[in-house]
Amino acid sequence: MLLRCGLRGQPEILGAGMNPELEQQLQGELERARKGDRGALARLISVLERGGYGAACVERGLSARAADSYTVGITGAPGAGKSTLVNALLGEMVADAQRVALLAVDPSSPLSRGALLGDRVRMHSHAASPAVFIRSMASRGQLGGLAVATRSARRLLEACGWPLILIETVGVGQVELDVASTTDTVVVVLNPGWGDEVQANKAGLMEVADIFVINKADKAGLEATRRDLEGALASLPQQRRPAIVETVATEGRGAVDLWAAICAHRQAIEESGELRERRLGQLRAELRGFVEAHLEVALDELFATDCADLQLAAIGRGAVDMPAAGDVLLAELWSLVNPPKRR
Amino acid sequence: MKTAGKRILMAKTGLDGHWRGPTVVAKALRDAGFEVIMIGMARPEEVMQASIDEDVDLVGLNIGGHVDVAVRAIGMVREARPEVPIFVGGVVPPHAKRKLESLGVEVYPPGSQLPDIVAAAVRLTGAA
Repeated sequence: MLLRCGLRGQPEILGAGMNPELEQQLQGELERARKGDRGALARLISVLERGGYGAACVERGLSARAADSYTVGITGAPGAGKSTLVNALLGEMVADAQRVALLAVDPSSPLSRGALLGDRVRMHSHAASPAVFIRSMASRGQLGGLAVATRSARRLLEACGWPLILIETVGVGQVELDVASTTDTVVVVLNPGWGDEVQANKAGLMEVADIFVINKADKAGLEATRRDLEGALASLPQQRRPAIVETVATEGRGAVDLWAAICAHRQAIEESGELRERRLGQLRAELRGFVEAHLEVALDELFATDCADLQLAAIGRGAVDMPAAGDVLLAELWSLVNPPKRR
Repeated sequence: MKTAGKRILMAKTGLDGHWRGPTVVAKALRDAGFEVIMIGMARPEEVMQASIDEDVDLVGLNIGGHVDVAVRAIGMVREARPEVPIFVGGVVPPHAKRKLESLGVEVYPPGSQLPDIVAAAVRLTGAA
C-alpha cells in the first residue's frame, strides 16, 4: 500500500508533497470522478489497487466518511450463487430507483498472481446500465475474502456519490470475515443440503450474518437446512435474529424478499444506533489495515536485507535461538519503520 | 512478472454456445499472470461499458463467425477507449480476417497456438 521510499529516509511516511505533479493529476481525476466520469472512477480504482504513493495521494483526497452510502456485503461458499443473486438483487435495487455500485472480488492465483474474474458472466441484465457500476477485483494475496483495495475503493465510490454499494466476496469458507468489518449489512448465502446443525452453530461466518439466504431453494434439502439454521439462531433475542430468505436466483425468485430484508435491517440498525457503532468499527479496521500494509512492506524489505540472512545463519549454527533472533529483527524493523531523523 | 496487475477483458460477441475457446485462452492468460475479466456472451454496449468500468489494458473478443457484431463492438470500444488494443479469436473466416485487420486489431483464427496468443497479450499490454 505504501511506498518504499516513504520508509527510507522520507520524513513523512505517506510522502505528502513528494511528487506534486502526480498529486495534482490525481486530484484532477478525482474531481472528474466526483462529477460522474466513470472512466476517471475506474482509473482511480486501478491506482488504489496498485498501492504505493499514488494510492496514498488518492486516499488523501477522500475526505473522512460522509455517512451517505450504504454498503451491503454478499458472502458465501464458492458456487453458492452469489453472483447470480447479485444480478437479481441489482434488478430490485434499480427498480427502486437506486444507483448501485458493485465491487466483485474473485481470487488471485498464489502461483501465477493471475486471476480469472468471472462474476460479470452472471450479470448481463445490468452490464450496460448507467445506474449500475460493476468492478471486478482480484484478491491479490489477501486472505480475508476481499482485495487489498476493496475498502479504499468503497470509500472512493462513496465520495463519488454512489448511494448504494454492494460488495461480493470471493467464495469463502468459515473464517474469511473482512466483509463484516467493511459493510453495513452482511448477507450470507447458503444452499439446501449445506451442512447440518453442527455447521450452523460453528463460529465464524455464521456469526456475522445479518441475513441468511438459502439460494437454490428449489433443490432437495431446503426444509432441513432451514430447520438447522433456525435451531442455531433460536438462542438469539428476537430483534437480533437474522432473517432467513429463500431464493432461486437463476429465476430471480426471492430477490424482492431479499431486498426487503436488507431495507428492514438497515432501518433497524439506523434506529437502534448500531449503525453508528458499526461504522466506527469499519473505520478502525480500515486504519488498522493501513498500518498493517505499511508494516508488511517494511517486513518484506527487512527480509530482503543481510540482517535477516545473518540471523538465519546464526540460528542454523545454533549460535542463537529463535526468540533472540526475533528480538534483533524486531529492533531492526522498528528502525526501518521509524528512521532516525536526519539533521 | 510484469503481467501482474495487467487486466484483460474477454468477451464472446458471437451467438454460438462454444465456450471452450475463450475459456482455454482465459486460463492460459491467467497462468501467465494476467487478471482476466470474463463477461461471457455480451452485446457491443456491454463490451464497451465493461472496457471502461474495468479499466482494462486489452480487450479480447471471441467472435464465433458473427463479424458484423464484432465490428460494432470494436467500433464502440475504440470510441470509448481509443488507447486500448483489441485482439480477436474464434471462428474467423478468411475474408473477415482481412477486414478485421484493416480495423487495426490482431486476429487469431482457429489453429493459433496458445503461446503465440499469450505472447501477443504480453506485447499488447506492454508487459514485455
